[in-house]
Amino acid sequence: MPEKILTRNFGLPRSESIDVYLANGGYQALNKALDQYSPEQLIELVTASGLRGRGGAGFPAGKKWGFMPKEPGAEKYVCVNTDEGEPGTFKDRELVEKDPHQIIEGVILASYAVGARRAFVYIRGEFFLGVKRWIKAIDDAYAKGFLGQNILGSRFSLDLSVHRGAGAYICGEETALIESLEGKRGEPRKKPPYPASIGLWGKPTLVHNVETLANIPHIVNRGAAWFAGTGTPKSSGTKIFCVSGHVRNRGVFELPLGVTLREIIEEHAGGMISGRALKAVIPGGASTPMLTAAQIGTPMAFETLEAAGTMLGTGAVVVMDEGTCMVDVARRLMRFFAHESCGRCVPCRVGTRRMLEILERLETGRGKPGDVERLRELANSIRGLTFCPMGDAATNPVLSGLQLFPDEYEYHVTHKRCAVAA
Amino acid sequence: MSNQVRDPAKRSMLLTALYIAQEQYGYLTPEALERVADRLGLPVSEVYSAASFYSLYRTQKTGRYLLQVCDGLSCHLVGGAETLVDYLSKRLGIKPGETTLDGQFTLETVQCLASCGTSPAIRVNDALYENMTLEKVDELLETLRGYHA
Repeated sequence: MPEKILTRNFGLPRSESIDVYLANGGYQALNKALDQYSPEQLIELVTASGLRGRGGAGFPAGKKWGFMPKEPGAEKYVCVNTDEGEPGTFKDRELVEKDPHQIIEGVILASYAVGARRAFVYIRGEFFLGVKRWIKAIDDAYAKGFLGQNILGSRFSLDLSVHRGAGAYICGEETALIESLEGKRGEPRKKPPYPASIGLWGKPTLVHNVETLANIPHIVNRGAAWFAGTGTPKSSGTKIFCVSGHVRNRGVFELPLGVTLREIIEEHAGGMISGRALKAVIPGGASTPMLTAAQIGTPMAFETLEAAGTMLGTGAVVVMDEGTCMVDVARRLMRFFAHESCGRCVPCRVGTRRMLEILERLETGRGKPGDVERLRELANSIRGLTFCPMGDAATNPVLSGLQLFPDEYEYHVTHKRCAVAA
Repeated sequence: MSNQVRDPAKRSMLLTALYIAQEQYGYLTPEALERVADRLGLPVSEVYSAASFYSLYRTQKTGRYLLQVCDGLSCHLVGGAETLVDYLSKRLGIKPGETTLDGQFTLETVQCLASCGTSPAIRVNDALYENMTLEKVDELLETLRGYHA
């Protein structure tokens, strides 16, 4: 079994408590960094580790830190993105519920590196237990002197508080998250300017996913070379894969990046549960194009999945067997995107609705000749033309389904029913 | 600049203020929205605009128990989503979006609840129920009914 890094404490009783975290080496990285590293050295360390963002886009973390202006004393912020809502994804919820101090330590280190004195947790409104765990963990971190004025006797001070979202997938996008933190509708902003120059309340802001931040203490403790030694040259470290669907063991599996889909499904998730053969896999959450059974030799890394025409996304692996109707899958995911479209731009707001109407029609035996072509045309007139990446995301299940399983769509039109689903 | 709030941090309290108002009034009544607007120095239209954007704010009365069935793909693949919705509809005699006549139950479908590894999932008010089956739905309804029998 590969070494677990981020999930190593998950099996311990009261793993969420500060006592258990401290007893297992917690907050040693903070001590070390405040003692031995300047903020610049910390940025260099994280850059050298090759850590890339775990929230979906995979942007190099060190580079993102380097974009933050260096003037000392300037007002800057760090935001912790706990707005997990990508269908198929449940790793951030686990990280917050089972080991929140690991993330807090990462937040403090990141804030020290970029010179922020104020940080905010933005958590999905539906995560009731997560909100409680965050608040308790932050209180305990203050009590032990890891947060607040002059942390561990240093000249560095940081305040951290929790802000609860209220049900909007789009707030996982960093500029929408910032709008929401400001008390507005969570509609994405135009980029550039990027949050590193103009973010929360117009100040430079660093936004990171919780899994990204959870990696920081380990990089500080064990070094950049150690971190880069796991995974692939372009995708270093481990990744928490969330496996759901038709497998025997669903759940989170922390594995080195570059592990094949086959190994995840067959070895870690125990293989197919239904006795039916594998048909398709969504490799990185609802926004990522599907792969077929023939492609499960693909290594799960940023560059290899991109070469295969898809994305690592959040690492949410949804496994589907032969009995799964791909039109139904697309319809269900489109319901999600149509519901979650923020409404700001027309291609996404109207386009997702129109695509959903066609998919509902096909799935309920009311498909019309030309529907498949209309669907493709609609998807292609959304791609690249929306304000934020959500428009592209919404077209992925449809376009990859049309590409990989075109006969299934045609069958729905000509026979008014599904050839596959029982 | 006239509708800019002078203290930007004050405006940041809007989501929290809406949660508090919702708890106090049961749902976001016009009066509740006005009170939030007044306290934060914002136009009511902006408060309503934000409230209507987020799915956890309710501008209509719901039953004592809000049953939210996850409609996500990972719930559907393992026999959740509409299987559970249809069953609850039959048991309660209401369609999604409706409330029972006695005001006890509101049924809804919601988007992914991040319970994909423990699906199917149903949320009831602030509690999450995972790995649901039809039998467990029966037990859940019995328990909830028992609370106010």
